[in-house]
Amino acid sequence: MARKILLEHIDVPGINTYDVYRSKGGYASVEKALKTMKPEEVVEEVKKSGLRGRGGAGFPTGMKWSFLAKPEGVPRYLVCNADESEPGTFKDRYLMEHIPHLLVEGMITSSYALGANSSYIYIRGEYFYLVRILEKAIAEAYANGWLGKNILGTDYSLDLYVHPGAGAYICGEETALLESLEGKRGNPRIKPPFPAIAGLYGCPTVVNNVETIAAVGPIVNMTGDEYAKVGIGRSTGTKLISASGHIKKPGVYEIEMGITVEDFIYSDEYCGGILNDKKLKAVVAGGSSVPVLPADLILTTANGEKRLMSYESLADGGFATGTMLGSGGFIVMDESTSIVQNLHTFARFYHHESCGQCSPCREGTGWMEKIIHKILDGHGTLEDIDLLWDIQRKIEGNTICPLGDAAAWPVASAIRHFRAEFEDFVKNPSAQREVKYYFHCNNIDTAAAYSSL
Amino acid sequence: MSELKEVRFSAESEALIQNLIKRYPEGKHKSALIPALHIAQAEFEGWLSVPVMDKVAEILNIKPIEVYEVASFYSMFNLNPVGKCLIEVCRTSSCWLRGANDVVAHIEKRLGIKDGETTPDGKFTLKTVECLGSCGTAPMLQIGEHFHENLTLEKVDELINKYKTETKHSTYLDGTTFRKN
Ligand SMILES: Cc1cc2nc3c(=O)[nH]c(=O)nc-3n(C[C@H](O)[C@H](O)[C@H](O)COP(=O)(O)O)c2cc1C
Ligand code: SF4
Ligand code: FES
Repeated sequence: MARKILLEHIDVPGINTYDVYRSKGGYASVEKALKTMKPEEVVEEVKKSGLRGRGGAGFPTGMKWSFLAKPEGVPRYLVCNADESEPGTFKDRYLMEHIPHLLVEGMITSSYALGANSSYIYIRGEYFYLVRILEKAIAEAYANGWLGKNILGTDYSLDLYVHPGAGAYICGEETALLESLEGKRGNPRIKPPFPAIAGLYGCPTVVNNVETIAAVGPIVNMTGDEYAKVGIGRSTGTKLISASGHIKKPGVYEIEMGITVEDFIYSDEYCGGILNDKKLKAVVAGGSSVPVLPADLILTTANGEKRLMSYESLADGGFATGTMLGSGGFIVMDESTSIVQNLHTFARFYHHESCGQCSPCREGTGWMEKIIHKILDGHGTLEDIDLLWDIQRKIEGNTICPLGDAAAWPVASAIRHFRAEFEDFVKNPSAQREVKYYFHCNNIDTAAAYSSL
Repeated sequence: MSELKEVRFSAESEALIQNLIKRYPEGKHKSALIPALHIAQAEFEGWLSVPVMDKVAEILNIKPIEVYEVASFYSMFNLNPVGKCLIEVCRTSSCWLRGANDVVAHIEKRLGIKDGETTPDGKFTLKTVECLGSCGTAPMLQIGEHFHENLTLEKVDELINKYKTETKHSTYLDGTTFRKN
């Protein structure tokens, strides 16, 4: 069995409850940190662990923490990013639902390290059933003395709150999230200043993903050096991968970084191979924002080496032949999938989710959706493909926040690797539309289902 | 326009909002706006009318425009009446790959409405939405707080039959969702 750190006890019945979680060593990191370590020492352990942000960007967490400004008399905040709206990503949900105390524990240990006395978990509104679960876990933590005033008799006090959003992908971007938490529209802020200097209510703030914070407890327990031994190179530790699409066993898997992509897709321990034993066509490896890669390039790099599940290996070759680990949202497409149709769902998504502040993103995402729609409708021209390429280039790098890039990359990569498919669609749209794309509905014979109505 | 009558929250909802305000530092009560709008929507038949939003502004002591601009930004807030059962079907990539379009087409056919419409009896509204973080159990739909996953058309039929007789609005939260701090 592969090494598990976050989900080590996931199969223990009742691990979602306080008593069972505690009996498995839960909250030990809080005890260790508050009683035997200075806050700076906790930050040091996280630095040594090599942990990188699990929300998508992969920025070293310890370094981010050390940027936090500490002016006298000004409160500091830790905000957990539980917005999880990147299509293909559902690992934070899994973690919060099945082992909520791991996040609560991580929040306490991390807040102590950062000197925060009020911390918030900002969770997407659609996850209201998880608000209920987290509120219960937090209440249990208060009842057992892990939260509130003078925790474990020390002079450290912490309040922890859950805050729901209301449906807006952009609120996953950390400055939009802070705006939203302040009760405003989720418009990203112009940076600098970064949240480490001026974040929530203008105070120094750290925003971290659920999975990042959940890893802090285990890191403090096992030490940063030990954590850094897991994984490969600068991709230390384990990563939760959300696997979906045309695979036999969709779900959340904790992998040790460095296993091969091939193993992840085909071995029974993970995805179990392609649904109905079809051929693999393409993979979006890190959530909708990262470049899509055709089967040969996701399985091996352009140099012919086996592609690994790590930040570096997935990015090998740059955007010409590589992609990104991103949030770990791993979407698999079999040979019957239309890349153009799939791209349309992404283009519609980004158009819907653009906050509208900058024109390249607001207008560009709309144009991209329209043009792809036009191609799907059978009215596309070859020039439209060039126009799409042109628009995505003009969005990339020209916007306030990275949503613009995130909208551009799926379009760019689809054209780069599957241009012939766009051309086929333009030249003979009816042939394309005859293909049945939707027959995967859990292997139901949809035609029969319809006729029975 | 609906008739302008005085909007009154239940004592429980008011208390809940007041309780939530305490979660934010002094003077930062506006932070409670999104949770308060969720509570309002759950209390007033699943949507936010202007009088309801004005009442929220009054409770939070902020300007009505501050409420309108937020309510209109977030996709979970409905600014028009919705059916008792709001069916939200995800149709983004992972769900699309596993049959979301079939699910949408099936519901449209069963209920005789299109995306965004409400049945004449006011029972159902159909809304297609973007990824709900349920991609590994696709296709899926959400009704209120509940995720319905690994859908088959039979499961969709069962849901429709179940909610046909439901008399209460489906809501994302109720008085028991938040901890009383
Ligand atoms: C459009 C957009 C959406 C994002 N969505 C999320 C999200 O849902 N969850 C998340 O943790 N980070 C998201 N991020 C990244 C955050 O801005 C931020 O980098 C992250 O929360 C930092 O935490 P980490 O260092 O622990 O990854 C998003 C970024 C962008 C630009
Ligand atoms: S890039 Fe798009 S989402 Fe980001 S600030 Fe600009 S308009 Fe808003
Ligand atoms: S794509 Fe439907 S839940 Fe993620």
